[in-house]
Amino acid sequence: MRTFEWVDAKSVDEAAALLATTSASRPVIAKAGGMDLLDLMKEGIVQPARVVNLKSIRSLGDVRLDKSSMQLGALVTLAQIEKHAGIQSHYRALAEAAAHAATPQVRNAATIGGNLLQRPRCWYFRNEHFHSIAEADRSENQYHAIFDNQQTVMVHASTLATPLIAYDASVHLPHGKGSARAVALKDFLLPPSMQRDRDTAIEDGEILMHVSVPPIQPNTRCAYHKQTERDSYDWPICDVAVVLQMDGDIVASAKIVLGWVAPTPRRAVESENVLAGRRLDEHSAVEAATAAVRGATPLAKNAYKVPILETVIKRTILAAR
Amino acid sequence: MSGAEPFEQRTLSAGIVGDAFKQVTRKVPSGEPPPWPTNAELNVVGKDVPRMDALDKVTGRARYTFDVQLPGMLYARTLNSTVPHARIKSIDTSRAEQYPGVRAVHVLERLLMAAELRDPGDEAKEPYPVVRFTGQPIAAVAAISARAAEAALALIKVDYEVLPHVSELADAMQSDAPPVFPGPTEQRATAGGGGAAKGLPQKGNLRGPSTGGSRGEIARGFKEADVVVEGEYRTQVQTHTPLEPHGLVADWRDDELTLYASTQHVMSVRDEAAEIFKLPKEKIHAISDYTGGGFGAKYGVGNYGTLAIHLSRKAGAPVRLVLDRREEHVSVGNRPASLQRLKIGAKRDGSLTAIELHSFGTGGVAAGAGVGMCHHSMYPCPNVSIEHYDVFTNAGPCAAFRGPGQTQGIFAFEQAIDALADRLGIDPIDMRNKIDTRDADDVRARAAERRIGAEKMDWSRRRPPGSDAGPVKRGIGMAQSMWPYIVNSYTTCEIRVAGDGTVDAFCGTQDIGTGTRTVFAQVVAEELGLEAEDIRVHVGDSRFPPGPPSGGSRVTSSLTPAARNAAHAMARDIAERVAPLLNAKAEDLVFRNGHIQLRDDSKTSLGFFESLRRAGVERLTHRADRRDDYEGYARKAGELHISPHAIGGVQFAEVCVDTQTGAVKVERVVAVHDCGRPINPKLVESQILGGVVQGVSYALYEDRRLDAATGVQLNANIDQYKIVGSRETPRIDVHLIELLGGQSSTDARGVAEPANVATAAAIANAFFNATGKRIYTLPMTPANVLAALRSE
Repeated sequence: MRTFEWVDAKSVDEAAALLATTSASRPVIAKAGGMDLLDLMKEGIVQPARVVNLKSIRSLGDVRLDKSSMQLGALVTLAQIEKHAGIQSHYRALAEAAAHAATPQVRNAATIGGNLLQRPRCWYFRNEHFHSIAEADRSENQYHAIFDNQQTVMVHASTLATPLIAYDASVHLPHGKGSARAVALKDFLLPPSMQRDRDTAIEDGEILMHVSVPPIQPNTRCAYHKQTERDSYDWPICDVAVVLQMDGDIVASAKIVLGWVAPTPRRAVESENVLAGRRLDEHSAVEAATAAVRGATPLAKNAYKVPILETVIKRTILAAR
Repeated sequence: MSGAEPFEQRTLSAGIVGDAFKQVTRKVPSGEPPPWPTNAELNVVGKDVPRMDALDKVTGRARYTFDVQLPGMLYARTLNSTVPHARIKSIDTSRAEQYPGVRAVHVLERLLMAAELRDPGDEAKEPYPVVRFTGQPIAAVAAISARAAEAALALIKVDYEVLPHVSELADAMQSDAPPVFPGPTEQRATAGGGGAAKGLPQKGNLRGPSTGGSRGEIARGFKEADVVVEGEYRTQVQTHTPLEPHGLVADWRDDELTLYASTQHVMSVRDEAAEIFKLPKEKIHAISDYTGGGFGAKYGVGNYGTLAIHLSRKAGAPVRLVLDRREEHVSVGNRPASLQRLKIGAKRDGSLTAIELHSFGTGGVAAGAGVGMCHHSMYPCPNVSIEHYDVFTNAGPCAAFRGPGQTQGIFAFEQAIDALADRLGIDPIDMRNKIDTRDADDVRARAAERRIGAEKMDWSRRRPPGSDAGPVKRGIGMAQSMWPYIVNSYTTCEIRVAGDGTVDAFCGTQDIGTGTRTVFAQVVAEELGLEAEDIRVHVGDSRFPPGPPSGGSRVTSSLTPAARNAAHAMARDIAERVAPLLNAKAEDLVFRNGHIQLRDDSKTSLGFFESLRRAGVERLTHRADRRDDYEGYARKAGELHISPHAIGGVQFAEVCVDTQTGAVKVERVVAVHDCGRPINPKLVESQILGGVVQGVSYALYEDRRLDAATGVQLNANIDQYKIVGSRETPRIDVHLIELLGGQSSTDARGVAEPANVATAAAIANAFFNATGKRIYTLPMTPANVLAALRSE
């Protein structure tokens, strides 16, 4: 790891101003929990001249949950989300996703902002060697995308994004004094790229300040499942979030999002269409799951992900029952 | 010295304590102490004495090589190859040498661990060692900080002439594959074992066949068979991943070279350094207070150690070179991958008629990728045909790894026996009862282990394969473990007793985390009637009397008889001096509870320390050797003396397979083992727990992945190189057999390797029982499991 300067930001405005000074020769990078950033720095993939510590900004660590919506400050940790009674009861899929991320130690430090902004876990991306040569052919693609994988086979790493997109979340991005924009999370995440220094639509000088989640309607059922090779600590083979609006035992409408199977979390519109207006049972769940994977285009070493995804979709739909 | 001594016939008790115990007659060297009774009748040996260094370890007081800090010490980092196969045309280190803080730069002249050309030919003219794997060490820099060393590395310019390469076993076997070596090779053994048979033919990347263990007529064997099972088994590359990486601190002085090493054998560190630097062994002092795991890979001085010594000599200062996690995965050893085509024939009653093995293994640029001795030595069979080839690939060299070869071999072999039992409609335990008939005492232990394990696992509830109706299926299976009972050819212990009552015990072995210090102390304490904590144990120093390497499951079997013999001689010496004080004969005195007393009258006694004082003892020293086993050995291979008896166990696994997601969960393992006399049952249990956990990890998760295009290991970390974690650790029930062989003054044997070698096979057999399908490929990842479930 190279030496770097460290600045504790006192406010969002100060952090934004510091980050706006970034340049190719003197990168200035924000740090929240530091879980991803430190790994990237140790691997030599990111070499900031200056690190702006956001942890010193007091106002970004709160969960605001009321009838009209939920706001999660960028520094809210995964452990906070996992243990928050309100999130557990209203946004169960999100609480589950947080609870199954990484390890208890990492969840105590990792923030929702950092989680959404983290770089891909692709083992080609994570190795400095492949940053110095032309695009690798990625023959070891067992953990890569099975959908939309023509441009890139890398998948976005955030597992919190999977339920958050199912909940129609958006991110709030202030940029300097007073100005700010809100971007739907589904549009905010970009297909990962080794050529860019980020995999989101965040711009230089912008701060991810908080995540907004719309209120949950009555008669909403939701579920989340992360499928891994190992329970203790592992990146997913796939993860699935299901949010259903119910009318009795009939599905009025469904939101199903699939993580780790496409460059960004993928809405399973085909499954949603199968479920809409149907009774929620084993039969409709199987049909919805089959519809979701019909368009899969697996690579040489990841065809096994297709039947697993199909099973996980079916099981997660039924778990939302 | 042992040869000159007279022998006498002695009657000893042997067999399984509490089961089949009988009198045997042995030819015993006259100086040997009388046999110990069973553990139940001993005071310190056979007891769960807490690990003596536990507190030092958990408080961080224990000094590992990683922790060594010397005045003026420099930090070294290694420059590793970025290409998998190349000639190095030139290396320019001039800019690195000028970098602020840099004190020395050294380019490696010769690569250790890799196979060497039988005839170097044109390669002898190469200015630098040919690069044969990505990550091969080339040079190193020593600087006043690790960061400065790292920065200077980037300034070294290496001009490569890149050559074609091959990364995977299957590709390297092809006749048109790029050759890793231009000609036939040899692989020297290290103190950790390994090496490969000399003079074997080599064609392209295929070195072999080695046919050791073959006998009889294989065709006739299959003709006589009523059933034949065949399978093609594949195992992956596993890296050792010790918590403490390889490392060495070298301190070169005019009169002495001191080496602080994370090692399994201080003597091999000294000897290899002496050879490379052409120094007398007495000038080298190798020290290893604590080693954070080795599993077979930590022998000798290594490439990293060689570099550290060169840098220390050049810089005139101590140099610390500790590998980072990436280097640890890539360049200092691994368990070779294997491809085993195994065919076994048997009669209807289960008796084996033919075993045929065609196997291939790749240890990257090192030979010695065999698949163990189980196929030809575990169960009697008249007709055995073995053809094994080492296959070179452009990948990091293999090294001995906990049950080298045998772990891969038993995965295939014990599954084949299970398959045979299934085909014959014989219960797998009954099958072993039928075929496990070698004439050795551990075989009788194995029968008891099957019985005990079956009871503990409630084997009678085992159902036909694939009985569960739903997608989640459960099953149980078992597999046997076997490893040679090895005694090191040399082991000497020295005991010193001072007038103030301190007892010091010395041996040039080392404690790599197994508890060697503690068992050493227990044996000495038993003889002197003291507690283990009264003994100050000194190991991990090449200046001590020669001791065994911590590998091959041979430390306890080699160390404890020498320790006991020295302590016994000490006790007799003290008894002679104290006898007049008690008006007794020395032979009537015993050492018990901190006292020296009359055997039949505990009131006539003196405290241990009091007796020394009153007898005017200033300092007593006794040394003794590990004598040969009373029954001798089946064979000797270098420093390995191999008994006709063995060590092993039986492991049972219960698994749950989700047939839709391919997730395998090992829910329970029952491990029943023998290791001669367990000196410290708690530490033995600890070894077995570690062996099973590592076995589960091998079976389910660990898998070194190389990028074929670059030879780069993609998961050279402990994030994506997946190792079993707390949630995947099954409930493990350990049961020990106390097996006395009447072979040495302690009758202790090893346990580390047999604890590990059968686990993957037991899990695989449970997988078959759960699903009705065989899993031929490790690790049992969802991808491999779903492929297995789809097969046939």
